[in-house]
Amino acid sequence: MSMATYTPLPENLAAIQVQMEGYAKGHGLDFYPTVFEVIDHDQLNAIAAYGGFPTRYPHWRFGMEYEQLAKGYIYGLQKIYELVINNNPCYAYLMRSNELTDQKLVMAHVYGHCDFFKNNSWFSRTNRKMMDEMANHGNRIRAYMDRFGVDEVENFIDCCLSIEDLIDIYSPHIKRRDDPNKYEFKTPIEQDQQPEARGKFKAKGYMDEFVNPPERLAAEQQRLQQQHDQQRSFPERPERDVMLFILEHAPLKPWQADVLSIVRDESYYFAPQAQTKIMNEGWASYWHSTIMTQQGLEPNDVINYADHHAGTMASSRTGLNPYKLGIELYRDIEDRWNKGQYGAAWDDCDDMAKRRDWNDNANNGRDKIFEVRKIHNDLTFIDEFLTLDFCQRYKFFSFGYNTGSDAYEIESREFPAIKQRLLFQLTNRGQPLIAVRDGNYQNRGELLLEHHYSGVELKLSYANDTLANLYRLWNRPVHIESVMEEQKTLISFDGSEHQVQHF
Amino acid sequence: MTMNIDRDNSRFKQIVRGKIRQNLRKYVTHGEMFGRKGKDLISIPLPQLDVPHFRYGKNGSGGVGQGEGENGTPVASGGDQDGAGKQAGSDPGRHVLEVDISLEELAAILGDELELPRIQPKGQDTIVQEKTRYTSIRRTGPESLRHFKRTYMEAMRRQISNKTYSAADPRVVPIREDKRYRSWRTVQLPEANAAVIYLMDVSGSMTDDQKAIVRTEAFWIDTWLTSQYDGLAKRYIIHDAAAKAVDEETFYHTRESGGTRISSAYRVCAEMIAAEFPPADWNIYCFQFSDGDNWGEDNQQSLAILREKILPHVNLFCYGQVESPYGSGEYLRSLRNGIGDNEKLVLSEIENREAIYDSIKLFLGKGK
Repeated sequence: MSMATYTPLPENLAAIQVQMEGYAKGHGLDFYPTVFEVIDHDQLNAIAAYGGFPTRYPHWRFGMEYEQLAKGYIYGLQKIYELVINNNPCYAYLMRSNELTDQKLVMAHVYGHCDFFKNNSWFSRTNRKMMDEMANHGNRIRAYMDRFGVDEVENFIDCCLSIEDLIDIYSPHIKRRDDPNKYEFKTPIEQDQQPEARGKFKAKGYMDEFVNPPERLAAEQQRLQQQHDQQRSFPERPERDVMLFILEHAPLKPWQADVLSIVRDESYYFAPQAQTKIMNEGWASYWHSTIMTQQGLEPNDVINYADHHAGTMASSRTGLNPYKLGIELYRDIEDRWNKGQYGAAWDDCDDMAKRRDWNDNANNGRDKIFEVRKIHNDLTFIDEFLTLDFCQRYKFFSFGYNTGSDAYEIESREFPAIKQRLLFQLTNRGQPLIAVRDGNYQNRGELLLEHHYSGVELKLSYANDTLANLYRLWNRPVHIESVMEEQKTLISFDGSEHQVQHF
Repeated sequence: MTMNIDRDNSRFKQIVRGKIRQNLRKYVTHGEMFGRKGKDLISIPLPQLDVPHFRYGKNGSGGVGQGEGENGTPVASGGDQDGAGKQAGSDPGRHVLEVDISLEELAAILGDELELPRIQPKGQDTIVQEKTRYTSIRRTGPESLRHFKRTYMEAMRRQISNKTYSAADPRVVPIREDKRYRSWRTVQLPEANAAVIYLMDVSGSMTDDQKAIVRTEAFWIDTWLTSQYDGLAKRYIIHDAAAKAVDEETFYHTRESGGTRISSAYRVCAEMIAAEFPPADWNIYCFQFSDGDNWGEDNQQSLAILREKILPHVNLFCYGQVESPYGSGEYLRSLRNGIGDNEKLVLSEIENREAIYDSIKLFLGKGK
């Protein structure tokens, strides 16, 4: 179970690496040391199945992923060219069967990713020693499997995975609540006191009226009452980090709590990658394209390069290709900022001819895209930089599900509608917003989640199965409140049967 | 590099096999649950295998796409597995509700579970089959076989030689002479050879329900036999008072109203064996399905042909009698009384769907 024994790159690739790294640095890309390794397709598929970490904990779903990747590769449906791991040093795996042109392109692409991992602020809180951490997780889980049985542990992991996406993706960057203060003890006396005695300072009888003036006392008692009421709701405000809530309040055995915390850590580690898919792939593509076309290409590379690049950029009608959308947006931004097409004057200008020829030679496009890659995630990136012109140029449309025809149909070519759809898809990584509303629902220790409904219903069959797994963590009935067919709906599981109530 | 993936992969397969095994009886009785995927793959719905998450459903979902089209133009069907409603173009959390397994794997599970013995093929691998291999490149061919990269390489080579290529502005435009196409060669591969001949009564007394049972049973028989031989030739014969050889589609969808003369089908079958499948080279399997009705005076003749012209040449002759509200079922009795002691003859009564499982076991349990 050892980690890959590292084999250095063959000489010709090592030379290319030096060359590519030089080009990347020359353009101002800034990255952790990057370790390349060339491996066979089955190893690459295996590592990809593990999300990039060969030492990850054992679980059947990785086997399933692998099966799909391996079959896809054998049938010639898909091929992974490269894998990059957000770590310090950055690890990058290259497929041995790639042609030399592909390896060049892929290396340039990899340096784009490495720069993004290091500099994009959404990655700033990720563990840069994740390779070690994952190995550590693997060891802990293997030890639990030895002690408690593979099935027992694996089944428990299944339950944890069911809620792996119920985390608070912004929490690494925000302080949501005070750390528990270990010096602050609730005085039991205060709780036992008679209501009229609460908030009183000690005073001799004749001084009482002055030490505790009645109006101050009344105000203080009201405050205490409020505080008390607030504490009665549990959690105090809806908790988006459902995993954390379970971790802190469910009756878990120590090993179970550890397994859950492992799954949660890994979720937080992977979250920024889902949040920045368009930006990250776009950035890497921007750089492989820039470096290759300006510096890397030899004449005999041209056809292979064009073929490969076109393959990566291919779009389908029902899903925007993040590579394509990303690279075009960066180029659009660069172009606009080079020509000074931004700011109030530009926004207020309605003269089409003037807009078309607008160019004040501002030439700060490159600086701008570096800034963009530092501070934005996909959601803010699209919100800020997707323009009407851009949508029209690329013939975007929004589509929606039509119950009548059981098909997805084009809904609109209006810019606001398109943007809204796109932003919705990117909100919370395209997953429903769910939070813990009540950990003591109906005062019976049941768990109530709430789905923040914004127009798209939950899939009932999945919700039922997820609740069943959640029940195994919480050990008391679990509920989720949502909206179905425009009615408030409570979906419940009590350990033996599912129930759907409409209100 | 040591890999843990083998362990996880076999664990996954073990779970899949376990689940299939648990549900095998259900699958066997409802063969139509499977989706066929090409020649060698089927998909089996195994919802429990999934790690469920809270996910959006279809109602209210949608996305952003790119291309031409008016409002209302459909861009994707509402089928569960499509790519719509996901994150832009990426596929995080792609959900597998169906597991693909190969027919070979399925046959292995079937074999394990029904305790089917492996078949010892007889004859030599004398039959060769032609296979197409794409191995070379030609200058002409259909556009569907155009070799993209080679074509562009040619174009580039031409442009460099006539100096119209510039590295600073690498535009490569192929003309007709540059085009290259994939080309194939046929290769001959020897195969062990088995033929399976299905005979079915399509007279009025066989209803659609009975045919569905036959179809399901035939699927499993094919699956098993395919796993035992390299090549499997399939032939279909239908009969009422007269018989004819037909293709698979016709076999399951024909309905005649005439009477029933089983001997007619046996005669066609015997001729077919003589003409197409010399018994020295072929492993021949016959499966006859009927509701057991036959014209009384035909029984003697049928048994005679079966005894003399069919049974000596085949590995196995299986007679499956499906229960029908109209059939008398007496043919089974006359077979049993007439030549029931012949070890190549297997008789089975299939009362309903549930009986398919045991019937298959009976048919294939001989290991011939």
